[in-house]
Amino acid sequence: MSQKAPWRRSRRLKGMGYAAPVAVFVALFFVAPLLLVGQMSVRDWPLLRGDQGSNFPDNYTAIAGNPLFWPAVGFTLKYTAIVVVALLALSLLMALIVQESRPGTGFYRTVYFLPATLGLASASLLFWGFYSPSIGPVNTILTGLGLIDEPISFTGSPGAALTSTVVLIVWKFAGFFMLILLVGLQAIPPEVYEAARMDGANRRQVFTRITLPLLRPSLGLVLILSVTGSLLAFDQFFILTKGGPDNSTVTVVQLIYREAFQRLDLGTAAAMSAVVLLVLLVLNIGQFRLLRRDRDG
Amino acid sequence: MTTPHPRTGRGRTATALAAIGVALTLVAAGCGDGDDAGAQDVVLEGVDDGAEITMWTRAATQDQATALVDAYNASHKNQVKLTVIPTDDYQARIGAAAGSQDLPDLFALDVVFTPNFTSAGLYLDITDRIAALPFKDSLAPSHLKVGTFEDRRYTVPHILDLSVLFYNKDLYREAGLDPEKPPATLAEFAEQARAVDGLGGGVDGTFFGGNCGGCLVFTWWPTLWAGGTQVMNAEGTESMLASPEAKQVYDIYRGLVADGITAPGTKDEAGPTWTGVFPEGKVGIMPMPSTTLGLMPEGLDVGVAPIPGLTGGSSTFVGGDSIGIAANSEVANQAWHFLSWTLSDEAQIEVVAKNKDVLARTDLAENKYTAEDPRAVLINRLAASGQTPYSMKFGETFNDPQGPWLPLIRAAVFGDPAGVDELNAAITAALSG
Repeated sequence: MSQKAPWRRSRRLKGMGYAAPVAVFVALFFVAPLLLVGQMSVRDWPLLRGDQGSNFPDNYTAIAGNPLFWPAVGFTLKYTAIVVVALLALSLLMALIVQESRPGTGFYRTVYFLPATLGLASASLLFWGFYSPSIGPVNTILTGLGLIDEPISFTGSPGAALTSTVVLIVWKFAGFFMLILLVGLQAIPPEVYEAARMDGANRRQVFTRITLPLLRPSLGLVLILSVTGSLLAFDQFFILTKGGPDNSTVTVVQLIYREAFQRLDLGTAAAMSAVVLLVLLVLNIGQFRLLRRDRDG
Repeated sequence: MTTPHPRTGRGRTATALAAIGVALTLVAAGCGDGDDAGAQDVVLEGVDDGAEITMWTRAATQDQATALVDAYNASHKNQVKLTVIPTDDYQARIGAAAGSQDLPDLFALDVVFTPNFTSAGLYLDITDRIAALPFKDSLAPSHLKVGTFEDRRYTVPHILDLSVLFYNKDLYREAGLDPEKPPATLAEFAEQARAVDGLGGGVDGTFFGGNCGGCLVFTWWPTLWAGGTQVMNAEGTESMLASPEAKQVYDIYRGLVADGITAPGTKDEAGPTWTGVFPEGKVGIMPMPSTTLGLMPEGLDVGVAPIPGLTGGSSTFVGGDSIGIAANSEVANQAWHFLSWTLSDEAQIEVVAKNKDVLARTDLAENKYTAEDPRAVLINRLAASGQTPYSMKFGETFNDPQGPWLPLIRAAVFGDPAGVDELNAAITAALSG
């Protein structure tokens, strides 16, 4: 019998009906802008005058010729490496501390998570205020306590600017990632730990042979989120350092913003966006493959 | 009986195709041009019929804009709804609104960005309306010039902001300087700053925004203009910022930095707080916007002087905002009613002059308010002798921290000055690109 039974067709229609709102949402907020960016990237499209016609492949070849581009790529990668390592380590440590229900654990869980409730732009403005040489309280407090003699220039040198921004990001996101790892930790059955202890494993062995492997999916999620977020870093640098001092903290997304809204050229900005999207796609596919292999392997 | 495999086939493909279909429709719809505003008949004197007029201004000039809007709203049927936008984001926000055809009825623009937006056709042609004004010949000339394109006029002067020297007369007296004798050359400026710095006790000679490109074009270029040196060619496509005179200016500031005459935070100041330092009363002398005069604290004895040249003379950067009506505004006549009112005697004298700000009209420079304060008279007179630079690529070259101007002055003043010629070539490349 090759005819479909009518009830199967209506089930399929019903299924499509349930999926339709999400499909519209995805179409509206993901597919449509994606196609528009693709279209913009192959056309001469000044922000103020609109579409001026095709100019492929000029927008793409102009990317490599931008003297700020390769340094920005290098800086974005360096920043990503530092932040991912710092966030993974700190959030894991925090999760291990708060996983057991001792008195005070609830308080610590809340306090660690609180920064996550602040928007990134607001957090960046807050830290800009803290670090400001003219209105910031940090230097005043530290000098008053006698901990330093000279005010610290938090954003005055490339190293200091990077460190200050990493501190902001770790403060903001460690709690959020701690929560993800906490859930992963609590999903590990206690019988596994008991069995390991009965076999004579010490704490280090329990951690490296039991906890970490069973935590891999959560760690993988934290890795993907932090890598993607760091590669797309914009708010914190735009507000805190404005790419300075001396263009030492310029990220790729800052360059995209600059192309679109300072140089008023949407075509080249779209071309850069397309390139960044491709890189992220490759990276994320790679990470998912790695994760799946670990889980099945 | 086989169950339909949930992962294959036509159900998923159909949904995907539907999604793409919806997306393409939306893209096509989104790409359509906005409707042309219904062509209104031009009423030269404007219309006051209770319309709501939307207006954007940047934070740097918000006090002046707010004063004008509040006074107009209190005495007219039309109501202007003002939105203030952070200065650094302003060009980007206007650009984005222009791109999505979402501009307010009235928008003011920093004079250095105006040529770009005027030539893109974003402003309404108001040549005839301006010609009908009784005082059209005494409107600040440099503001009118930046809003002129192919002999048609699109903007009128809105808020004038001139760069002038502010100095603390109390600190001058303490340092043994004559408070009625401000510097007549840049070298004298440096000498007087050093004298005040010698007082010690947390007092510094001067301050400037060492990480702020826009602040420095505003305050350093007048010294060059005073001596007849230009900073760019007339078309704004070639940079002359590595001339011997320019290098002299950089050297003087370099010396002040090296000897610690500048207040702490100079090197890192990116702009948001650069005018907040002098009012605290611990800085001797520094060039600042004239719009800060009305905001000085009561007890501070502040003197004002024109920015001097290298060997004498003086000049000023005639900055501030020019304003025009959006090309597709639906309340153009009402918007023009507000604009022409802001340039009237009543508004210029009772709102602008009363607040110690610079007038947009040269024929009203001597009025009952400016007569009270000789500093205001001095500043108003300067408006006629200053310059407003012109370039289509001004923002991305001089204001943008990732542009080529900031690296040049940071190398010249804080780093290795040998690289200035090469960095100047990068500025030319950006101006002409």
